[in-house]
Amino acid sequence: MQNHPVYTDNDPQNELSTLNLGPTHPATHGVFQNVLQLDGERIVSGVSTIGYIHRAFEKIAEHRPFYQITPLTDRMNYCSSPINNMGWHMTVEKLLSIQLPKRVEYLRVIIMELARISDHIVCNGVLGVDTGAFTGFLYMMEHREAIYEIYEEICGSRLTTNVGRIGGFERNFNDIFFRKVRKFLVDFPPALAEFEALFNRNRIFIDRTKGVACVTPETALSYSWTGPLLRAAGVDYDVRAMNPYSSYQDFDFEVPVGTSGDVYDRFLVRNEEMKQSMRMIDQALKMIEKEDSNIFHADVPDYYLPPKEEVYNNMEALIYHFKIVMGEVDTPVGEVYHSVEGANGELGFYLVNDGGRSPYRLHFRRPSFINYQMYAPMSRGMLLSDAIINMSSLNVIAGELDA
Amino acid sequence: MSTITNEEIIGLISAKFGDQIIIEGEPYGLLTIETGRGQIIDLLTFLKTDAALQFIFLTDITAIHYPEREKPIGVIYHLHSLANNVRIRVKVFLADGDVHIPTATVLWDGANWMERETYDFFGVQFDGHPDLRRILNVDDMTVFPMRKEYPLEDPNRVDKKDYFFGR
Repeated sequence: MQNHPVYTDNDPQNELSTLNLGPTHPATHGVFQNVLQLDGERIVSGVSTIGYIHRAFEKIAEHRPFYQITPLTDRMNYCSSPINNMGWHMTVEKLLSIQLPKRVEYLRVIIMELARISDHIVCNGVLGVDTGAFTGFLYMMEHREAIYEIYEEICGSRLTTNVGRIGGFERNFNDIFFRKVRKFLVDFPPALAEFEALFNRNRIFIDRTKGVACVTPETALSYSWTGPLLRAAGVDYDVRAMNPYSSYQDFDFEVPVGTSGDVYDRFLVRNEEMKQSMRMIDQALKMIEKEDSNIFHADVPDYYLPPKEEVYNNMEALIYHFKIVMGEVDTPVGEVYHSVEGANGELGFYLVNDGGRSPYRLHFRRPSFINYQMYAPMSRGMLLSDAIINMSSLNVIAGELDA
Repeated sequence: MSTITNEEIIGLISAKFGDQIIIEGEPYGLLTIETGRGQIIDLLTFLKTDAALQFIFLTDITAIHYPEREKPIGVIYHLHSLANNVRIRVKVFLADGDVHIPTATVLWDGANWMERETYDFFGVQFDGHPDLRRILNVDDMTVFPMRKEYPLEDPNRVDKKDYFFGR
């Protein structure tokens, strides 16, 4: 960051202007407000205001049974809702000490990695748009559509997926799903290669992004950054590698890191992560073939809803159905922290349970919220146009920021 | 996975702080300790800087409200030692009417917004915080909405109560 003279109020040279960037500005991609003090085009200081779409999820969660909290998690990072859903399911499964069959865990990995790809597609595509290159965004969007069609095949929805249940999935994955995933694995790599060819060695793109918003590893750690942003700064912290969940230890993948933490490095790290995600999906498809193809949930009748035809025709299933829906099932008293590697970083769930029908306290550690707080301090001395690009590459999702 | 056991961590902390620390247990493998607000910054500094522990990463700060307890507001820190790959949870309970605790922004820049969020929802006063304002709620809100005395729905509604199920 460059040093720039700061004028006092009485200084005749003081010609600072105040700019309200947001809350609804097309360049901010969401509801973000920053009140900036500008000296010409250079930012002298900034104040972020957040909370425009705060929906009190933590309070609502204290009044909902566990399975009704999944749709709330959808609406945090809505660019990769399946990761939030799975993270929540796994938190509850950890509380209940449920062991999942391997096939379910591999299916979850496929869904989560698809979600990560779709999130990175949006982030890197939009970064291109903000530097003036619309083409890449358009090329990549087609493949996000393919991912959304894969979601539709397993849960019927596209954006707020509410996919899976505590203990597994609501239904088995059909052949169309596997066909679409295989087609995606064939179609996407050439598109990504084309995308990289458009940007990675592009003079204009490099000039706009390289050396912009550099972050040292020490600063990134002090600000509790996680995810691609922290890795671009050179710290190889990835929850999937350090605290494997959902059988990530069975997979062979690498954690890409950058060196300078600038916008260009973040772009490269995200591109590389998409390739690693595809590697993992490929491995998962192979490993699933060795498992029993009829298994799609754990055998936990206390927590997993019985099939509908059983509920109508079998007394015991009806009782279980009633008990689960009415929240009459006992849950252990305890507190649990579980985190997953969301598309933006460590997505944590801190759950305190008193044995009642809903959590006593649920706190979401939302990576966007924690990553975004460095935005105003790091914008000091930056050009306004660089600050816009910086915000794109932070990939702050308003839903996750405000919860 | 982790290169240091919880027993070793307890040993190191107990040697330094003795009976100022209460070991709460290890729910789901995550060591949980409790301390008073007088020692919290010393404890966090020790955890962060000790060469064997290196809890350099502040994962989260949040709070919890137990209205029936003598000290109802609990502030909860989650720390992560990236070198040892181990996590620790630190709790400090505060009495009602005196909800003050020193700020952790002296140790981590990232504590700033986490503490603002905790203040916003629970009214915890972080002494020495550079900018303790509301962050997600509107500025002219007068209550701290995550405390248990503020019900989410119509308080007269009884069909969702636990005592219907013998709890």
